[in-house]
Amino acid sequence: MTIPPPLDAPLLEVAGLHVEFRTRDGVAKVLNGVDYRVEAGETLAVLGESGSGKSVTANTIMGILESPPGVVTAGSVRYRGEELLTATPERRRDLRGENMAMIFQDALSALNPVFTVGFQIAEQLRTRRGMSRRDAGRRAVELLDQVGIPAARQRVRDHPHQFSGGMRQRVMIAMSLALDPDVLIADEPTTALDVTVQAQIMDLLAELKAERHMGLILITHDLGVVAEVADRIAVMYAGRIVEHADVHTLYSNPCHPYTHALLESIPRVDTKGTQLRAITGLPPNLTRIPPGCPFHPRCPMAVDVCREVVPALALLPGGRSSACLFADELVTR
Amino acid sequence: MSSTGTEPILQVQDLVKHFPVQLGVVFKRTVGHVRAVDGVSFDLRRGETLGVVGESGCGKSTLAQVLMRLEPPTAGAVRFHGEDIFGKRGKDLKALRRQIQIVLQDPYTSLNPRMTVGDIVGEPFEIHTEVAPKGERRRKVQELLDVVGLNPEHINRYPHQFSGGQRQRIGIARALALRPEVIICDEPVSALDVSIQAQVMNLLGDLQTEFGLSYIFIAHDLSVVRHLSDRVAVMYLGKIVELGTEDEIYNRAAHPYTQALLSAVPVPDPSVRAGRQRIRLTGDVPSPVNPPSGCRFRTRCWKATEICAEEEPALEVRQGGHHPSACHHAEEQHLLPG
Repeated sequence: MTIPPPLDAPLLEVAGLHVEFRTRDGVAKVLNGVDYRVEAGETLAVLGESGSGKSVTANTIMGILESPPGVVTAGSVRYRGEELLTATPERRRDLRGENMAMIFQDALSALNPVFTVGFQIAEQLRTRRGMSRRDAGRRAVELLDQVGIPAARQRVRDHPHQFSGGMRQRVMIAMSLALDPDVLIADEPTTALDVTVQAQIMDLLAELKAERHMGLILITHDLGVVAEVADRIAVMYAGRIVEHADVHTLYSNPCHPYTHALLESIPRVDTKGTQLRAITGLPPNLTRIPPGCPFHPRCPMAVDVCREVVPALALLPGGRSSACLFADELVTR
Repeated sequence: MSSTGTEPILQVQDLVKHFPVQLGVVFKRTVGHVRAVDGVSFDLRRGETLGVVGESGCGKSTLAQVLMRLEPPTAGAVRFHGEDIFGKRGKDLKALRRQIQIVLQDPYTSLNPRMTVGDIVGEPFEIHTEVAPKGERRRKVQELLDVVGLNPEHINRYPHQFSGGQRQRIGIARALALRPEVIICDEPVSALDVSIQAQVMNLLGDLQTEFGLSYIFIAHDLSVVRHLSDRVAVMYLGKIVELGTEDEIYNRAAHPYTQALLSAVPVPDPSVRAGRQRIRLTGDVPSPVNPPSGCRFRTRCWKATEICAEEEPALEVRQGGHHPSACHHAEEQHLLPG
């Protein structure tokens, strides 16, 4: 018998998640304590550069972390209060698609090239919902129509390579929504797309999220996309959340030197600057993360104590948090 | 048209590049042409950066290949200091190659993994031996590494020992080796992480000032292009649809396509998201094998009328406008917040 989860449990919660990649070249500490949560109807953006651990976190939530080399060494992932990391493979499979679904950056490699898109969407409806071939096919057309694919009735018989990049991404979104999940994880959904198509896809995701009251976890490196769609943002660096705040607070008053530096370093389409304030140095090698704060070698504010103490993600006034020892000094309000 | 008075260093006139689409295995027959670049004209002036923006498939990279003489043109002319570059052969061509160099997008595939950095950056000297005599090459390469912000002592390392940003610096050092006048940058920062992009963009800016370089800066990212460019050409399906100064394009865009692009670019400021004017294009870019009649943008354009299907709009300064745009219904508009 299992203990029923508390009714007020968050929709999805990640706490203290640690993941290592054990390879021949050593142990890469890919996640070093990740905490975030998402509620129904909200968009959480997980922002970070490559190697910061944002996709590994998502894969761990979905239970599709490649293992080996990936090993979860600590932490928990809870869906409506239910622990997933210790759940049986059968239980996790039941949750995938039905309760949480994920879309990927490269739709062409995420879709199966030898089956029609209609078959791929209908397949889950037939195996999971026991629908007949005909009903599942009809539902696939409806789904393609909902994600804005013109002439869905004809296109349902096409193979993935017959679609353009934007349309393929729509197909993948349709597929992820087939079983009505309430958490959708979008891993760089528009990175491979052109800017006009990116805008279409982001609009579609926002619309579907509102319609279906889903919790949306948007993984991206694009500070522009985040500013347009996110409610809250978790900034990741070297396998940790270094700052967490609502979108307006984060952009107007970043409380971690890394977030601050990122915002200063990007070129903006609405202004013309002369020199960008580049962040010096490189993100750390995950097999040799520096002691203390992982950002200290690149941080303009770093002092001796930053080289020794690993700052915890500490709560600040206004419900935001930052993993910097000097966060208090960075808060302006 | 220009604010600077310097003479053009590179003149591109009605440049066309079509690739045949072939069917059949033994007896190949041509069933159509991909009109990758279809009548492109512009000038590049000394010391300036001309940005070329457009979505994938608009022909911007093909343009780079043709300008580098890596692909022969189907038609049109390119003059470098007044001399036609496609007519050059032998010694003249070799001399031309010294003057126009390229930086490629992917720093992982554009560097030979079996060559050391010293060999990669020094290879141009093997071909153009007059630039650096044999005994001086090592010192020259180390100088170049220093100029692009790499440690000159790393001359014997291999590309895999460097990060993406550092590799792009190696590619830039290689392009600089022969002291060219023009560098074509084909998406030089789009493969890099955000925190590294700024470093490479600053480097490109510094090198331009230091060596008086002219850049053709090709990118799909409108923010990156704005940051580095003096003038900007917007391409759609093989044609330039609008050409103007950075200010003209970003603050007074006249072509509906440019306007749609600008309104779709995410601005990293959540406070403006509610108030922004948004133009959402429907559908995708049509195939360049079979582009629409008249204006190529008309199938996605909200302003399209009959004339757009019948008459191809020329790239010219329109009534009430100040810079050339290829639209029958051009109208300057300010679209970005602020």
